[in-house]
Amino acid sequence: MDIVLESLAKIVFMFLLIMGMVPALIWAERKGAAFIQDRTGPNRASIAGIRLAGLVHPIADVLKLVFKEDIAPTHRHRALYNLAPWLVMTVAVSTYAVIPFGDYLELGGKRIPLVVADLQVGLLYVLAVASLGTYGVVLAGWAANNKFTFLGGIRATAQMISYEISMGLAVMGLMLIFGTLRLTDIVAGQGGLLFGFLPMWGVVLQPLGFVLFITAVYAETNRNPFDLPEGESEIVAGYHLEYSSLKFALFFMAEYCHMVVGAAMISALYFGGYQIPWLPRPRLEQNAGLLLVIMLAAIIAVSLWFAVLFLRRVQREKGKFGDARDREPVLGAGLWLVIAAAAAGAFLLRPWEIGPAGASVAATVFQVGAFVGKVVFFAWLFIWVRWTLPRFRYDQLMRLGWKVMLPLGLANLVVTALVLAAVGGGK
Amino acid sequence: MSFEGLPKGSTDKRRSLLESMYLLEVVRGLGVTARHLLRNIFHTGDMPTMQYPEEKRVYGDRFRGRHRLMQREDGTPRCVACQMCSTYCPADCIYITAAEHPDPAIEKYPATFDIDLLRCVYCGLCEEACPCDAIRLDTGIYEIAADHRDKFIVDKEFLLRNTTDGTR
Repeated sequence: MDIVLESLAKIVFMFLLIMGMVPALIWAERKGAAFIQDRTGPNRASIAGIRLAGLVHPIADVLKLVFKEDIAPTHRHRALYNLAPWLVMTVAVSTYAVIPFGDYLELGGKRIPLVVADLQVGLLYVLAVASLGTYGVVLAGWAANNKFTFLGGIRATAQMISYEISMGLAVMGLMLIFGTLRLTDIVAGQGGLLFGFLPMWGVVLQPLGFVLFITAVYAETNRNPFDLPEGESEIVAGYHLEYSSLKFALFFMAEYCHMVVGAAMISALYFGGYQIPWLPRPRLEQNAGLLLVIMLAAIIAVSLWFAVLFLRRVQREKGKFGDARDREPVLGAGLWLVIAAAAAGAFLLRPWEIGPAGASVAATVFQVGAFVGKVVFFAWLFIWVRWTLPRFRYDQLMRLGWKVMLPLGLANLVVTALVLAAVGGGK
Repeated sequence: MSFEGLPKGSTDKRRSLLESMYLLEVVRGLGVTARHLLRNIFHTGDMPTMQYPEEKRVYGDRFRGRHRLMQREDGTPRCVACQMCSTYCPADCIYITAAEHPDPAIEKYPATFDIDLLRCVYCGLCEEACPCDAIRLDTGIYEIAADHRDKFIVDKEFLLRNTTDGTR
């Protein structure tokens, strides 16, 4: 019974983490794109005149999509048309099952590993499930019975086949080094130090493998510069052209879920997952009190800085709009002051006198925080890259996949194997 | 057919090895966008975006907006229905029906004077053609919207009331 509850709790945590990140990412995408292009971005939707820098827009988006009429083409393949968005979404969220988001949580003398399913073949599971996602895209393109969606589906197929090979080859390098497919072991293996000072992250051991992997992940998630299946300037909207209302919302959400999965995979395989460099678990537990104090101080400093920025805006923009929007900087300053006060209040709990049980929990929290931080960074990298690079042309995509990444992946694998054989490392 | 080479007669230089490896260029590109992003986060006010309905761009005096008909001192239209504007109009959007004026000093007056604002190209040639300065495009009104095509055909009464500040 306990194991069921534990698993349920972990599943809910992971699911909420993804689903919570989706609207945040949509917001970051729109606002980040705007700022990169010197625009202000979404700033009109408001609740009682408070706009929260565009954070209200995802709510408005969702409401709009929920209440829109679900228009479907007459000559669609009904079953496949309805299946496709669910397939894409299910696949997007089920990859998470094997990604460890923390080492273990020690509660009441019980160690709970922080991964939903610690599969022996975790890495294979990820590759297998990720390629299932292509079926959703291809089925959507086929079932809608439209030439543009069909082209999108075909593009997706060709692209996935080309890049999945390089992805597998890139990951095989890591497999040789760590001698396992179990993701928890791979992440745990990245906790050490190389030559005594370099964190033994995948990116340090396999720099070329990392570049190949991240490129393949971008291609797998259909994000720029590899968003040819969507290709809105060439094939309208590609595979999801004929979908509207909630079915379109599912595709849209699945894209962001894929991004979070991709980010989690990149950080788990190549950036040590939950590992904090130079702070392995025992040292984290020993110094939990000190680290808590440092963290609280940092939170106070940062939130005070933000509060000061907002207070300066209050002064500068007094009566700028003449309505509720004038209260926004005041609210912002208040929010950051409350956060600073809460962090200061946490000092009353004497975090430096934390006991061993608390220290263990604190260490887990730090590690989960490190993992989430890495995921957030790589999810942002997806957005950042999208608004920096133009889309590849189709022949360029194929040339890069087959003529550049495949040979490089093979070379990386061979060199890794030779070096491992020479130094007698690996397993 | 190959896309590899440069087109014949191209003056472009070949990319260097480092550039054709693409990776460094990607990082440099990310640097450019990051610079824009950070500048706009910390100096939001410096962005060129205008919050349109609240803030409006100031146009020059010679900006051609929605037409108006000028009035005599007694409030009747200055127009003598000579058809010069509608003849000259390249978009063919002015429709005038002339009628006899009761005052013998004035030959004709427009019984109807309609302008189709959807056809109008705002070139200002009607202004130039008018011998008695009866039509002008100096109202500065450019927010012209309606929910039906017919509502864009404005009549004499509307044009007489259509003044520079858009009220009266």
